[in-house]
Amino acid sequence: MMWPLRISAGTAVSALGAGIAPMRAALHARRGGLAPNTFPGAPAGIWTGAVAGLAEAAPPPELAAYDCRNNRLAELALRSDGFAEAVAAAVRRHGAERIAVVVGTSTAGIECTEQAYAARPSGTRNLPSGFDYARTHDLQALPNYIRARLGLRGPALAVSTACTSGARSMMEAATLIAAGVVDAAVAGGVDSLCRLTLHGFASLELLSAGPCRPCAGDRDGISIGEAAGLVLLERPDAAPGPLLLGAGASSDGHHMSSPHPEGLGAVGAMRAALAAAGLAASEVDYVNLHGTGTRANDAMEDRAMHHVFGDGVACSSTKGWTGHALGASGAIEALLAAICLEDGLVPGCLGIEAADPEFRSDVATANRHTTLRRVMSNSFGFGGSNCSLVIGRG
Amino acid sequence: MKAFLGAVSVFGPGLAGWAASRPILAGSAPWAMAEALPPAPAILAPGDRRRASATVRFALAAASEATEAEPDRAVFETVFASGNGDGAVIGGILDALHEPEGVVSPTLFHNSVHNAAAGYWHIAVGSTMPSVSLGGHDGAFAAGLLAAMGAVATRGRPVLLVAYDTPMAAPLSGLRTTALPFACACLLRPTAEASEALLELRYVAEAAPDPVPADALDALAPANPAARALPLLRALAARRAAQIHLPLLPDAHLELRVTPC
Repeated sequence: MMWPLRISAGTAVSALGAGIAPMRAALHARRGGLAPNTFPGAPAGIWTGAVAGLAEAAPPPELAAYDCRNNRLAELALRSDGFAEAVAAAVRRHGAERIAVVVGTSTAGIECTEQAYAARPSGTRNLPSGFDYARTHDLQALPNYIRARLGLRGPALAVSTACTSGARSMMEAATLIAAGVVDAAVAGGVDSLCRLTLHGFASLELLSAGPCRPCAGDRDGISIGEAAGLVLLERPDAAPGPLLLGAGASSDGHHMSSPHPEGLGAVGAMRAALAAAGLAASEVDYVNLHGTGTRANDAMEDRAMHHVFGDGVACSSTKGWTGHALGASGAIEALLAAICLEDGLVPGCLGIEAADPEFRSDVATANRHTTLRRVMSNSFGFGGSNCSLVIGRG
Repeated sequence: MKAFLGAVSVFGPGLAGWAASRPILAGSAPWAMAEALPPAPAILAPGDRRRASATVRFALAAASEATEAEPDRAVFETVFASGNGDGAVIGGILDALHEPEGVVSPTLFHNSVHNAAAGYWHIAVGSTMPSVSLGGHDGAFAAGLLAAMGAVATRGRPVLLVAYDTPMAAPLSGLRTTALPFACACLLRPTAEASEALLELRYVAEAAPDPVPADALDALAPANPAARALPLLRALAARRAAQIHLPLLPDAHLELRVTPC
């Protein structure tokens, strides 16, 4: 049996702060983390969800070669919520060789390469020979850093499926556990602000002029954020805590950067996740949308939601709080879903009064307090990648 | 973990597809270095064909050849593994960001995601099946094989594994050396029908033993992450049982047992 898995520890770092507690407080207070951008070299006039405290989050001296913005985000996450200590306890239970690291990122430490490019003397094309590509820019730098920092000796995989990376990593981790390769896995995603992403989305004219407003009738695009979300997944036991009940994925097979207009891929991922969890649609109480705030994504997702759930299940996007943290979004939103379950909270979309009048699903625009048994979390990405997770209570 | 290998493909220097390469890999015909040119991706629509980079062409050539006997290519889950991703695309964006205008091409940006090759494949064959794209640095082939065999073992579905890497563009090529392009693909199944070989895989938390290249073809393996598949490809070509050590991480590897069917 692949499912369920116990989320025996979790940590989230985002524009809302380092750790689960500030995320929880911000959700209840409806206080977002987006601000006018201060990240250098970005397109003008945008808002971003930057993480505070990275200056103090250097890797330990023996791992200094891994130092880059992305690994600092990972480091801040490992220090938060007792996560590193929880993994150490899991090492005592299972052994370091029996714990995998399966984490997602879209751009890893490419921000470090951008700085190296910019620091070249005028007329020089080459980068400084001391630049450590393998431990910063390379996708594998992220899982290798986390593995080394936690003293783990199991397999380490870097999942990179654009904006589904953080969610999809949990499916790959579950596969390694179910196949008996390991007994536990650190999964999730980390993505940092970088010029490639910011200017790339600007070139597609998908960045909002202010804080993003997913599901609003006059929504105007994405606010990019950065984040790290990590979970420790193990086979379930009697201990209380959130469960990953199932996950499902699909491909659009339609277009590189535009979702299928009717959301067929999104429908496929949501249905696959329900099937993995052995649930009917009516047994889900809240769906945390991918909800980026672009015209096309939110309209597609509403159609897909309505197709799977009708108008009987509350949904909302929380990217108005955190921004779109790309390859980390699925991971922090899984942790956010666990907060919602525990607190009986449906966090209404931030910064909007009413949902797009053309939407047919039940979009929450104010916080609702109700009993939640199960929450679905959606992630969709470029290349036509879709992944949905279902989180429940143990 | 176990899986059955149904079909395999290869594109690399002097290795122009499985049929042409099989005697070379088996050692019954000589190998000679020759530029690797991936065939034009006939499966793509003309617009996507124009947009597809050399890296994507290598990946699609390998994926196409490994599935050419299949009545329906849309039924496979896929695992795409690449250490470098699309170095030319990433390099092009980094160059553009450091021009005075700092304008990024929208096409380059949507091709810059690591799952671009997988996206083009699923569009080309009209597949809505799940797909995962992995990095893995020098261990990308082993990472892909671990994920693909895990998917076969746990979900009981056939999986197409595609491993591909191409040299980075300057100046990153000075820091991350990939001497040549290489791509290969394996079609993996949960059951034995129409299979070439049984594969059995085990994770070992120790560095892989240093390989001893027997000839110039063996010596290609360290030159490209996807070429680390060469010992498997050579065992399959020769229909020879083998025990292979595939490096995954500097201190870990996969032990792969190959038994011809």
